[in-house]
Amino acid sequence: MKLFSKEEYKRRVELASPPTTVGKNCLLAFLSGGTICTLGQVLCNLYQRLGLELPQARAGVSISLIFLSALLTALGLYDKLAKHAGAGTLVPITGFANSMVSPALEFKSEGFVTGLGAKLFTVAGPVLVYGVTASVVYGLILFGLSLL
Amino acid sequence: MRRLGKSTLEFDRPPSVLSHGAVGGKKEAEGPLGSQFDQTFGDTTLQKDSWEKAEAQLQREAVSIALNKAGLKPEEVDFILAGDLLNQCISSTFGLMDFQIPFLGQYGACSTMAQTLLMASILVESGAAGKALAVTSSHFCSAERQFRLPLEYGGQRSPTAQWTATAAGCVLVGVGGRIKVRKGLAGRVQDLGVTDPANMGAAMAPGAAHSIFQFLEDTHTRPEDYDGIFTGDLGLVGSRLLYQCLDANGVDLRPVHQDCGLLLYHRERQDVHGGGSGCGCSAGVLCGHLLRRMEKGELKNILFCATGALMSPTSQQQGLAIPGICHVVQLTAK
Repeated sequence: MKLFSKEEYKRRVELASPPTTVGKNCLLAFLSGGTICTLGQVLCNLYQRLGLELPQARAGVSISLIFLSALLTALGLYDKLAKHAGAGTLVPITGFANSMVSPALEFKSEGFVTGLGAKLFTVAGPVLVYGVTASVVYGLILFGLSLL
Repeated sequence: MRRLGKSTLEFDRPPSVLSHGAVGGKKEAEGPLGSQFDQTFGDTTLQKDSWEKAEAQLQREAVSIALNKAGLKPEEVDFILAGDLLNQCISSTFGLMDFQIPFLGQYGACSTMAQTLLMASILVESGAAGKALAVTSSHFCSAERQFRLPLEYGGQRSPTAQWTATAAGCVLVGVGGRIKVRKGLAGRVQDLGVTDPANMGAAMAPGAAHSIFQFLEDTHTRPEDYDGIFTGDLGLVGSRLLYQCLDANGVDLRPVHQDCGLLLYHRERQDVHGGGSGCGCSAGVLCGHLLRRMEKGELKNILFCATGALMSPTSQQQGLAIPGICHVVQLTAK
């Protein structure tokens, strides 16, 4: 029997596959991401009203959002929320917290060292490696420019 | 047994299905075939402390059910052929070792049900076994953590992604049953360059097309000669592509084709995107649904064509395409 060429098959796969609902996903991400950021701002104002300076209040916001995200992940609710929110829950700091807590929960069955310890960074690891590397490169460029 | 054409095996003294068992999880129980499983588990942990142990328990349950129905003890069975999706097929070895039946591990990814059924039939026809068991399973949670991301990770599934079934199926092959294994074909691995693990139906469709076409050619039959041709887990996208691959060769499969991945769930209501997948998908549908329909006389002559995507997490990470395979087994009922 004759099968399609790889190029022809690729074209047919694209046509046969239902498209991602980009418009809807963008809107939901905008609304949910915006809600999380608004919550962050509300917390920031609240902490300042309670007497914290702005830098401490901002740190408090990060801590609060990370805690909330970790709690929702542990309760098994975060993934249900993220299913609809998409990038809205992924991009803010909540996504980072979820990417650490979910492997921790998942791999604890392989023990605290070889499971939880080793797999904790499976999702977040590459972000850290390249995030830190990029910031070092950026810092060096900035330093170089400041010498001119 | 003898060879027909290029690749098909025909059994002279056809082995038969003596009994079968199918077990499923919660989502499978809520699907259209929920009532046809011998047993379903609302708690998909099956009271075990890991998903791998839960999946092993699914196989144990499926085999126990098949043995009970046939009124046999494990020591009366000569071989057990089993496989699953987990690394080194641990669900099979850990789940089945207590039966102490001579064990041959198989890996065919989601095509394992057809592969083990074909191998068991060959063993029975050749006289190597009086009775042999063909078993396989998959579990959504154990497959997700091995092949994809942690369960609680907040990601979005692609519209083409398929849902790994939490299910196991077991067929006891011997002589003297009403449902006969007439012919079989071991597929050839096909690769048309699909690399997207969220579109496995597309990766497997060429393998399915190739095996079905070869079987029809070897046996000089047409799709209409069968009451149904059931592919394993091509899902929505893979089924569309299967039709296109066969159309190009002058075979129209639409009138008789159904896909186990589309039978197992209410695709939209249960939000399984492209449909079901996993070894347990075709195994559960065969052992819970198709064999029952054959026993009732609703189906008399079918092709069971389980499909498998033969990649591993390593091959995926190295950017290799996903090779697909499909094995065909012809079953008839008097």
